[in-house]
Amino acid sequence: MAQFAHDDDSVVVIVGSGAGGGALANELCQKGVKVVLLEAGARQSSATFINDEWPSFNQIAWLDARTTSGSWRVARDFPTLPAWTCKTVGGTTAHWAGASLRFHDYEFKARTTYGAIAGANLLDWPIGLDDLAPYYAKAEDKMGVTRTNGIAGLPGNNNFKVMYNGAAKVGYQECSTGRMAINSAPRAGRGRCMQLGFCFQGCKSGAKWSTLYTEIPAAEATGNLELRANAHAAQIEHDARGRASAVVYFDAQGQKQRQKAKVVCVACNSIESARLLLLSASGQFPHGLANSSGQLGRNYMRHTTGSVYATFDEPVHFYRGTVMAGIIRDEAVNNPKRGFVGGYELETISLGLPFYAAFLDPGAWGSSFTSFMDDYARTAGMWIVGEDMPQETNRVTLSETVKDQFGLPAPNVHYDDHANDIAMRNHAYKQGEAVYAAVGARKVMHTPPYPSTHNLGTCRMSAKPGDGVCNAWGQTHDIPNLFISDGSQFTTGAGENPTLTIVALAIRQSDFIADQLSRRNI
Amino acid sequence: MMDRDTRLQTRPASGLDSVSSFGVERRSLLKTSAMLTGVLLAQGAIGLLAPSLAWALEVKTIDQKQADTVLRLAKVLYPHEGLEDAVYALVVKAIDEQAADPATRQLVAAGVEALNAQAGGTWLTVSPDRQHDIVAALITDPFVQKVRATCITTLYNNDMAFAHFGYEGEAFSKGGYLHRGFNDLKWLPDPSLEASPAPYSA
Ligand SMILES: Cc1cc2nc3c(=O)[nH]c(=O)nc-3n(C[C@H](O)[C@H](O)[C@H](O)COP(=O)(O)OP(=O)(O)OC[C@H]3O[C@@H](n4cnc5c(N)ncnc54)[C@H](O)[C@@H]3O)c2cc1C
Ligand code: SF4
Repeated sequence: MAQFAHDDDSVVVIVGSGAGGGALANELCQKGVKVVLLEAGARQSSATFINDEWPSFNQIAWLDARTTSGSWRVARDFPTLPAWTCKTVGGTTAHWAGASLRFHDYEFKARTTYGAIAGANLLDWPIGLDDLAPYYAKAEDKMGVTRTNGIAGLPGNNNFKVMYNGAAKVGYQECSTGRMAINSAPRAGRGRCMQLGFCFQGCKSGAKWSTLYTEIPAAEATGNLELRANAHAAQIEHDARGRASAVVYFDAQGQKQRQKAKVVCVACNSIESARLLLLSASGQFPHGLANSSGQLGRNYMRHTTGSVYATFDEPVHFYRGTVMAGIIRDEAVNNPKRGFVGGYELETISLGLPFYAAFLDPGAWGSSFTSFMDDYARTAGMWIVGEDMPQETNRVTLSETVKDQFGLPAPNVHYDDHANDIAMRNHAYKQGEAVYAAVGARKVMHTPPYPSTHNLGTCRMSAKPGDGVCNAWGQTHDIPNLFISDGSQFTTGAGENPTLTIVALAIRQSDFIADQLSRRNI
Repeated sequence: MMDRDTRLQTRPASGLDSVSSFGVERRSLLKTSAMLTGVLLAQGAIGLLAPSLAWALEVKTIDQKQADTVLRLAKVLYPHEGLEDAVYALVVKAIDEQAADPATRQLVAAGVEALNAQAGGTWLTVSPDRQHDIVAALITDPFVQKVRATCITTLYNNDMAFAHFGYEGEAFSKGGYLHRGFNDLKWLPDPSLEASPAPYSA
């Protein structure tokens, strides 16, 4: 691994080593660019991951202070845990499930396709599927996505069998084990999926793509990467010209350090990315860096989600095998006749007994709740993921009262469901219930959203500087050497799980940054 | 949410052998404020696995009446036919540990008193239906909520519960479920091979 001096101002500093930051770091290093990667969390490995839900959560989830507001149910059920993200080398690619779907073309043109929706701050992306398609292809190859690049699909587990048969009975056409960044066979030096069922706890067999054991070691092998774990960025500094010049961070000992930089890329997962830019406010940028539009922190999206769990007479053992073992794609279309714009996916989900108890129906007690627990081994489950509407008032702000362990203001996450989100969720609950009813479900639970696993849009891309924070390359409109490199770039959320798109954007951005560096434009 | 240390104590890697020895070996060293004891059903999912059917839990901070009340409250909040008291006792253990903090000890004392006041005497001795109604009336009480939240992170988070509810837990050391029934469901037809390809074989 390389080592760079703190006053070396020729390096690209990337903050956050997850899907976006980890992939960007490797792509830049492969092109010969020197990178310092700052990561707030510690470095784990497949060997140290834990097949046990709460200990794993306590090991790598992001548990720093956060607050919530708004009418979303998460604010009531999990007031200090608005999001489920990770703080570890590899970021949330440690806990992610691996579902890897491309966006549809129309989803890049949400404003044009859906028209004006009251209360929604819809905007078309400055790029389309055509721009991203070649990068999607590269991302799928890098991540080893099943059903692409000649990689076989994964075998379905019991949970999938229930979904598949129900889907067929209600007439759905597109149900399969989907596209997953999980090795169905050994590939790229990593083994095949052992069907552990602990995808949400870090894959102990390394079958699931995570930047921890793919991008980051590959980047280290180039000699161009210095990864600094336990390094929590607190502020991005700029020079008199208004160019990003350094990142101030707290090291493992809690000491303040300053790393000079030629370019700074922010990939902290939407909540923390917006927070870092807000924390970096200065005399020249009083409302936070790259916030001349006033859109920084706004248009926070989390996908319209919910789960449907159903109990049966016969055993399912849904916790055995891949967590997202299958998908129904028929509803992932824009068909306003259903009473809402945008589409959604239905994906299997399973939780171990501890998390099932915590998430099934937060706050519930008594025999109706416990009867679901009694049927645990006879339960099947699916998760709803659909496009939510960007709203200016759904936003990340700095708390005026709560501070984190470094004394920095905690982020507050405000979210209200849009009427479109609610209509979509209700439709999806009904469809999910129909799928299970078709194969003999006894009882069905409409489980409310978990803390946000998909966090998007707080630094959105826009063609015009007045509409968003960054341009089509993730370069901020205001500061040419400051980039947004994670899901906070998303102009709209689309109905698909976001990570493949985050990685495709990171690869595309690396081409742009390398090119701009070689032209001495940044 | 439980911290990791608590967690490891309530569910040591070896699992059920803890049932018979909830820290009893430390009896001579530490003050004991109360004791919960029981005997596992010999033919139950837990009893069949346990090294010994008798179990005992030493309580260190809260008193016997409070311990008994917490145990009963856990059963009223989360009733499960056939779930051993030994599992519910883990809730008492967790509350007792939290009660090392004086504010929590005070909360427990006030909460038990509130239940008793509502029962017009001793909540523990009124009928099960009445116990349920009183809990429903006091459901927003901070003590009842603390016990409720502790139930969620304790009751379903231990090897005995795993055995009772049919969750197999840790899988890596056993090679996952690839050869242990990840796709053994037989009551529905198998999906097409296109939708669900056969597992890879070298
Ligand atoms: C349980 C679960 C299941 C999921 N399943 C799927 C799925 O199937 N498909 C899918 O597409 N997506 C899935 N996701 C979402 C996916 O994990 C995220 O989309 C993706 O990881 C986001 O990438 P990112 O780079 O934006 O952020 P992350 O991967 O979260 O990385 C951000 C990193 O930045 C670090 N960081 C933050 N602030 C600072 C700071 N101030 N200084 C230094 N470092 C900092 C964090 O510690 C973290 O390591 C899932 C998520 C969860 C929680
Ligand atoms: S099911 Fe497969 S991908 Fe998920 S944790 Fe297990 S081996 Fe990894």
